Amino acid sequence: MLRGTHSQVYLPRKAKNKMAVEGLYKKRIDGRKFDEVRPMIAKVGVVPSADGSASFETGGTKAMAVVRGPRTLHPQHMQNAQKGVLRVSYGMMPFSVWDRIRPGPSRRSEEISKVCEWALSSVVDLSGFPNTVVDVFIQVPKADAGTRVAGLNAAAMALAHAGIPMKEMLTAIAVGKADKTLLVDVDKAEEDFHDGEGATDIPLAVTSRGKEVALLQLDGKISPSELKEAIEMGKKACDDILKVQMEALKNLNGGEDNE
Amino acid sequence: MMEERQIVVPGETIASGNEFLPGDGAWRDGTDVVAGRHGLADVQDKHVRVIPISGAYYPKRGNTIIGTVVDITFNGWLIDFGGAQNAFLGVSEVPRYINRNELREFLDFGESVVVKVWDVKSRGVDASMKMRGYGMIEGGMIVSISPNKVPRVIGREGSMVKMIKSATGCDVTVGQNGKVWVSGKDTDSEVATKKIIDFIAENATIVGLTERVEAFIKELGLQVSSAPAKPNDGVEVVEENTDSEENVEGDALSSVPSEEGKE
Repeated sequence: MLRGTHSQVYLPRKAKNKMAVEGLYKKRIDGRKFDEVRPMIAKVGVVPSADGSASFETGGTKAMAVVRGPRTLHPQHMQNAQKGVLRVSYGMMPFSVWDRIRPGPSRRSEEISKVCEWALSSVVDLSGFPNTVVDVFIQVPKADAGTRVAGLNAAAMALAHAGIPMKEMLTAIAVGKADKTLLVDVDKAEEDFHDGEGATDIPLAVTSRGKEVALLQLDGKISPSELKEAIEMGKKACDDILKVQMEALKNLNGGEDNE
Repeated sequence: MMEERQIVVPGETIASGNEFLPGDGAWRDGTDVVAGRHGLADVQDKHVRVIPISGAYYPKRGNTIIGTVVDITFNGWLIDFGGAQNAFLGVSEVPRYINRNELREFLDFGESVVVKVWDVKSRGVDASMKMRGYGMIEGGMIVSISPNKVPRVIGREGSMVKMIKSATGCDVTVGQNGKVWVSGKDTDSEVATKKIIDFIAENATIVGLTERVEAFIKELGLQVSSAPAKPNDGVEVVEENTDSEENVEGDALSSVPSEEGKE
């Protein structure tokens, strides 16, 4: 594992919940445990006119996703005669953060749209709909870090709600590190942690059944062993998120009167 | 194995064991049969499938659909019925001889038709209007509802549609794609029918829908003739809501206007 070029030697840390952390970030600002996800609210069917829609909220972050399609794809040269095309668009609303966000596509939003598209296309199966497109629109009305993972959670629910064939669900979480402390579901303050080693942000998406990683990004510095541990923490948190997603999908129209 | 008819989420195991066979909306993972879409899990004789409860309309062979002519090709018409692709209605699938140069004489752009889904291929849908009850739509109005609410509008063995017809005196043709053609002697009765259909679609999830609809029809000042309301209508909502395709098909056909005379 350890290569000669590594200046740091990783010391195995103690059990997560005890967390006698040697770093500077000893306690989370909102009092959460280090491996605890912010309180979640998931809703399905928030946009009645769409084929499928959902919203997903964790703490101060909220994302809404709307699915339209499958429908014929125009312009025609973008069509795929073998299978349908998945098209994802992500955007933050101007009022989603304290400072205004300029509406419209930006470098950041285009990139996130693309990575979300790749992550979601690993679970949806559009082979039955050649020459068509399934549009997923993700909008973020409230942002407090982790918007792309909240968007992915909402999008997976919206795709399921739209009746799109999917092999499994997709669940996403942002894990990270503030100084030397590994964290699950980082918020904005933790993302901006500047002391010591600074902050590391790792958006992670995991499939519900195969537990395969569908999205993994990394912004910051982290040692390989810490990364492994962070991913494990993220996967564990994804199990909790999946329960919330499934609950929302199973209680369409608010409960038993649906059945 | 899962209890009868439960909502499942993609990736959820419905049944375990090699004896189970995955059908529509299900796939096999090792020994498990897993949901491949969101819907109601239905296990019948080791045959596992997932019945859609939300989302867009997916055409199935034998469905009755209502659509509009959007394009005319050299040998037929393209019909937009609200699905992913347009349906193709060839000249040979029309009950009378058509000169290929005069396709517009028979069906022009923007005209609506009631057709049967003859075949569903990956590239699109083939439609036919050769059988009784199918054809061009003349007069009346088309009411749009969610395709997932269609089974409720039809009711068990067409009971709901029969009730609407007898109350308003209108012909009601329900397309599985969520389009309902209403045609009556005057606009008033058609508007009343539209109100009833919208009422059903709005209250599709309510237990005891038939009684509610009867009350609503009386509210509109119309008579409910001895409608064949099933005593167990309110109880077995799950059944009714998600009738197997075979039943739904039959139901839709029974609501085709040409068979109206029987009632």
